[in-house]
Amino acid sequence: MDKSPQDGPAIIVEDLVKTYGKQRALDGLSFTGEQGQVLGVLGPNGAGKTTAVRILSTLLSADSGRASVCGVDVAKHPQRVRKLIGLTGQYAAVDEFLTGWENLEMMGRLFRMPAKAARARADELLERFELVDAGKRAVKTYSGGMRRRLDIAASLVARPQVMFLDEPTTGLDPHSRIEMWKVISELVADGTTMLLTTQYLEEADQLANQIIVIDHGRLIASGTATELKASVGGERLEVVVGGAAEVQAARGALHHITGEEPIVDEEAASLRVPVRGGATILPAVIRALDDAEVTLKDLAITRPTLDDVFLTLTGHAAEADSTSDASEGAQQ
Amino acid sequence: MTSVSMPANEGVFERAKWWLSDAWVITVRNLRRIPRQPDMLFFITLQPIMFILLFRYVFGGAIEKSLGGESYAQFLMPGIFVQTVLFGSVGTTGIGIADDMKRGIIDRFRSLPMSRTSVLLGRTLADVALNALTVAIMVAVGLAIGFRFEGSFLDSVLAIAMLLFFGFAFSWVAAFIGLLVKSVEAAQSGGFIWLFPLTFASSAFVPTEDMPSWLQAFADNNPVTIVINALRAWFNGTPVGSDGWLSLAWTVGIIAVFAPLAVWKFRRASTQ
Repeated sequence: MDKSPQDGPAIIVEDLVKTYGKQRALDGLSFTGEQGQVLGVLGPNGAGKTTAVRILSTLLSADSGRASVCGVDVAKHPQRVRKLIGLTGQYAAVDEFLTGWENLEMMGRLFRMPAKAARARADELLERFELVDAGKRAVKTYSGGMRRRLDIAASLVARPQVMFLDEPTTGLDPHSRIEMWKVISELVADGTTMLLTTQYLEEADQLANQIIVIDHGRLIASGTATELKASVGGERLEVVVGGAAEVQAARGALHHITGEEPIVDEEAASLRVPVRGGATILPAVIRALDDAEVTLKDLAITRPTLDDVFLTLTGHAAEADSTSDASEGAQQ
Repeated sequence: MTSVSMPANEGVFERAKWWLSDAWVITVRNLRRIPRQPDMLFFITLQPIMFILLFRYVFGGAIEKSLGGESYAQFLMPGIFVQTVLFGSVGTTGIGIADDMKRGIIDRFRSLPMSRTSVLLGRTLADVALNALTVAIMVAVGLAIGFRFEGSFLDSVLAIAMLLFFGFAFSWVAAFIGLLVKSVEAAQSGGFIWLFPLTFASSAFVPTEDMPSWLQAFADNNPVTIVINALRAWFNGTPVGSDGWLSLAWTVGIIAVFAPLAVWKFRRASTQ
C-alpha cells in the first residue's frame, strides 16, 4: 500500500451537518488537520466531537457536507478510508474475554495480514506498550490504563496514516492519564497524523500542535494553544495586599506603573491588571508598592489558560456542561 | 509501506476468499470466548439436562398413555433437541450481538477494512459450535433415560445436521432482533419470548392430536413441528416422507429472509 503523502491536509471537514431529531449535533462544522500534526478538538460534552470522529471514521454518515481523510472522501469510499485510519475511543473497544495478544492478532488478521505477520505485529505492539506479561491475560483483568494502551495498540496494528483518538483519557485516574500522554507523545514524535478529541484543556495544550474549539456543533476558534491564549488577552499581574485599607493605595501605584486600570476585589484585597514584558516589570511594581506603604502578601504574573479561552469564547466553562450530551449519548 | 496487502480491485473470487477468512477470524474469536465464561457454559448445559429430566419424569407418565406404546423418552428427545437448539441460538446470538454493539466492538469491526457481513457470519457459525456441544450433552443424557438411535447411521447424521442447520437459521433471526433492540437486556427478555409459543405449540412435548383444533392447525404447520417430526422419523428409522424436504425448505427460507435483514440492519445499525 504505497500511499504517497497527499498534498494538502490529511483531514478535511467541510460544512458537516448531522442532526438527531431536533438536536443538531453538527451544525456546519469545517476544519482541516495537517499531515504529521496533532489536531486537538476541544469542546464540552455534547459539542459534537464524537459525532465528527464517527463521521471521519466511516461509522456514521453526515446529513450534508463533506469529509475526507488523506484526500479520500469518507462517504464515497469508506472502505478505502478504513485502510488508512486507526480508531481508539469511547466507542471502539477491545474484547474483554480475549487476551491482549489475541485481540491484537485478531486485528491484524482482520486487516488481512498474513497469519505470521499478524502474530509478529501483536508481539511487537505488546512490547512497545509494555504489556508483554499482561498480553497473556484476558483483558477483563486489566486496569483502565492498560486497557486504553491496548486499545491504542489495536488501532496501530496496520500502521495507520491517520489516527483518531476520541477522548483517550476520559475516565482515567491522574496517574494513568499521564501515562497515556506519554504514549501519545511518543506517537506524535513518530510523525503520526492524529486527531485527538478531549474535554481537558490541559490535554489539548500538552499534546496538540493545532487546536480547534467546537461548541454546539460549530467551530468557534482555532489556532495554536499560544494563539488561542493570546486571543483572550495577554499576561496579568495579580497582587494581594495586606487588607482592604491598602487597596486604594495599591490601585494608584499599579495604575501609575502599567497605565491600565486594575480590577479590584476589595473583599479579597486583590488586584489584577494587564501587563506586558513578563517578569521584567516586577522590580518596578515592588518598588512602587513599597513606596505606597502597601503590605505585599502575594504577587504573581499569570498567563491565560485554555480554560480562560473557553470561558471567553463560549460564555460557559469547559467541563461543567453535561446537560447537553444527549446528542452524543443518544446515537446508539 | 506495511505488510498489509490489499489490491484496490479485488475480483469476486478474491472477495469471497476474504469474506470467509474474516468470518473465520470472527468465529475463532467467538469460540475462544466460550470456555472463558464457565458460568454461562454451566447454565447453557444445565438447562437442557433439567428440561429432559423434568419432562421425562414429571409429564412422561401421563403423556405416555396417549402415545400408543411409544416410549416418552423416544418421543421427547427430538422435541427437547429442537427446543434447546432454538433457545440456544437465539440466546447466544441475540445477546452476543447486542453485547458487542453496546461495548463498541462492533464499531471497531466496522472501522476496519473487513467484510461487513463476516461479523454476523462469524457469530452465527460460532453459535452452531456451541449448539453442537449442548446436543452432545443431551444425547448422552437421552441415552441414559432410554432414548435410542433406531435408524441407520446416515439417518442419525442427517437428523443432527438438520437440527444444527435449523438452529443456524434461527441465529439469523436472533441476529436481526439483537441488532434491532440495541440493548442486552431487551435482547435477553424480548429476544426470545416469541420462541415459547413456537416451541410449545408444536409436537415437541405432546402429540398435536390432543390440542384444540385451532391450535392443532397452527401446530401441524409450525416449522418446529415439521423439523421435530423429521427428526423423529430419522431417529426411529421410519420413513421421513415430506417432512425431510419441508424442514430443509423452511430452514433455507428462514435464512433467505433473515440473513439479508440482519445484514441490512447491521450496515445501518449506527450509520444514522
